[in-house]
Amino acid sequence: MSIIEVKNLTKIFGKNTKQALKLLDNGHSKEEILKQTGSTVGVNRANFSVEEGEIFVIMGLSGSGKSTLVRLINRLIEPTGGNIYINGEDLAKMNKQELREVRRKKLSMVFQKFGLFPHRTVLENAAFGLEIQKVEKQEREEKAKKALELVGLGGYLDQKPGQLSGGMQQRVGLARALTNDPSVLLMDEAFSALDPLIRKEMQDELIHLQSKMKKTILFITHDLDEALRLGDRIALMRDGNIVQIGTPEEILVNPANDYVEKFVEDVDKSKIFTAQHIMKRPETIQIEKHGPRVALERMREEGISSILVTDKNRQLQGYVTAEAASQAVKSQNGDLKEIIKTDIPQVDKDTALQDIFSVIYDSQTPVAVVEEGKLLGIIVRGAVIAALAGEGEVENNV
Amino acid sequence: MFNMMSIVPKIPVAEGVTDFVGWLTDTFSFLFDPIKVHFGNLMDFITESVLMNIPPLIFILLVAVIAFFLTGKKLGLAAFSIVGLWFIHNQGYWEEMMNTLTLVIVASLLSVIIGVPIGILMSKSKITETIFTPILDFMQTMPAFVYLIPAVAFFGIGMVPGVIASLIFATPPTIRFTNLGIRQVSGELVEAADAFGSTGAQKLFKVELPMARPTIMAGINQTVMLSLSMVVIASMIGAPGLGSEVLSALQRSQVGPGFVSGVGIVILAIVIDRMTQNLSKEKKANG
Repeated sequence: MSIIEVKNLTKIFGKNTKQALKLLDNGHSKEEILKQTGSTVGVNRANFSVEEGEIFVIMGLSGSGKSTLVRLINRLIEPTGGNIYINGEDLAKMNKQELREVRRKKLSMVFQKFGLFPHRTVLENAAFGLEIQKVEKQEREEKAKKALELVGLGGYLDQKPGQLSGGMQQRVGLARALTNDPSVLLMDEAFSALDPLIRKEMQDELIHLQSKMKKTILFITHDLDEALRLGDRIALMRDGNIVQIGTPEEILVNPANDYVEKFVEDVDKSKIFTAQHIMKRPETIQIEKHGPRVALERMREEGISSILVTDKNRQLQGYVTAEAASQAVKSQNGDLKEIIKTDIPQVDKDTALQDIFSVIYDSQTPVAVVEEGKLLGIIVRGAVIAALAGEGEVENNV
Repeated sequence: MFNMMSIVPKIPVAEGVTDFVGWLTDTFSFLFDPIKVHFGNLMDFITESVLMNIPPLIFILLVAVIAFFLTGKKLGLAAFSIVGLWFIHNQGYWEEMMNTLTLVIVASLLSVIIGVPIGILMSKSKITETIFTPILDFMQTMPAFVYLIPAVAFFGIGMVPGVIASLIFATPPTIRFTNLGIRQVSGELVEAADAFGSTGAQKLFKVELPMARPTIMAGINQTVMLSLSMVVIASMIGAPGLGSEVLSALQRSQVGPGFVSGVGIVILAIVIDRMTQNLSKEKKANG
């Protein structure tokens, strides 16, 4: 079930927003609208939905409208048009009081520069959301403590935010957002102000927390690597428009247009692509049915010098070389088991390209891709090099 | 020849104001008179029954102890208070100082009570800010003597019109600094307060005012100092205190007594200034 659904969400900054909205609907461009009305289109009819438990990343460069978009969702910025459905309720139509309720119970936000209150302790900061809901002090501090422990700050309750490092401050920001147990977390460039090492640590932490909490997270970033690391799906924004929505793979493999393609061309693909993207369909024989003769025949047909052997459940057993097979045929030794070799390197289907590289470098044979012992595919050297070269010729044929 | 400049006859502004103030005095005397009486009595009570009832030595020590703790347990201000206040007592200006103190305390308190809410209103709405800014300019730049006249008309002579004059002159910094302080609160903190579903009042009291406090305190410090600087002018309409000693020394061209009572004002000013300054710092460190 989609927990957030955004329909035609639009923000126009300026005076003549009604006229600008009409022009926008009539298909005029951002530049034309600016010329005619003096208004700027911040977000142009954004449409997307976020599923429960998903990390949905909105990614774009500065000025692309991503920060505006996230603020439209909890109406820190009033939308000019469109609807925001949270659990089916339209936020855009709510009065102040209803909106406040939704903000208190369902949406929490984490800010780029942390947005912590310097005059309050870490604990008081984390308890802020419940404090304004007039929850009893004891109860709210208990929940805040739990949230702080979750992010690893159980020992810093009485410190002031100013006494903590950037990474720790953002953990407080995260704990504050988690304390009221919202269904949706809005994270606006939450890790952008941190230095790279801490950023990566926080990303790992978020992924780890997410595996426990299963919140729905809307994550805003300008960092493509971060988007690819965190996102279950990514929406790419440019000039207020959503250019493409898709899984990280979809965006990398099938960029919707030149802009996206250009955007992703510098990505270190060796971190993004995994074994399953570059593997090929393997030629196999079954250990129960086939003997050396069949093996030799198949190798000849395909023009290969070795063939993989599985059992009838596709569990990988090993491989047979052409040389061994032909000797077995000559010596009338009909049993495949005698000539099977098992020293084939295996990798998991989610192994990153950069890790496969070292495996395949040392190996005489192709590398087998397996999932719980089951053979999925095979990787040859050429495929790894092609993918690293970024030719876009990645074969996706499982 | 036709003279462009005399095309409009003189507009009777002065006459209009005179009539208006006269009308105000007559119409609202039911309001002004009780204020004059009760407020005057209250201030006399503060001076005579409270401040003057504290033995000078105790008072000086009390001030020194407060100064000691406010300045973070440093001896400087405490020592200065002891010497300075002792000097004022030694010169025979104790009661005058107490009168001045009453005027400053009452005027400052009223300034804060009136100024902070107006400052908050200004920070919340562009329209209020646009309306109040020229009024504040007017209050601060209009020569004090000008509004002494209607103050006397409304409230007679003595402490009360002195306080009113101080209020007009000394409230603007509190208003301006409150407005400024709240407007300077970082946008992200305001967003954070909103994003978690604060009501307007919660945002104000839990986030904006605490964040703006150092700035507001600086404004209040200015207000206190300005109301102290009004004591000489207030003495022209009969407010008792160190100011009236300065005034009478001026009128009789007595250099010596004028100097001593002037120094008395300076001593009081320094003690009050350092105390209120440290009040904001101390709160900041603890709260």
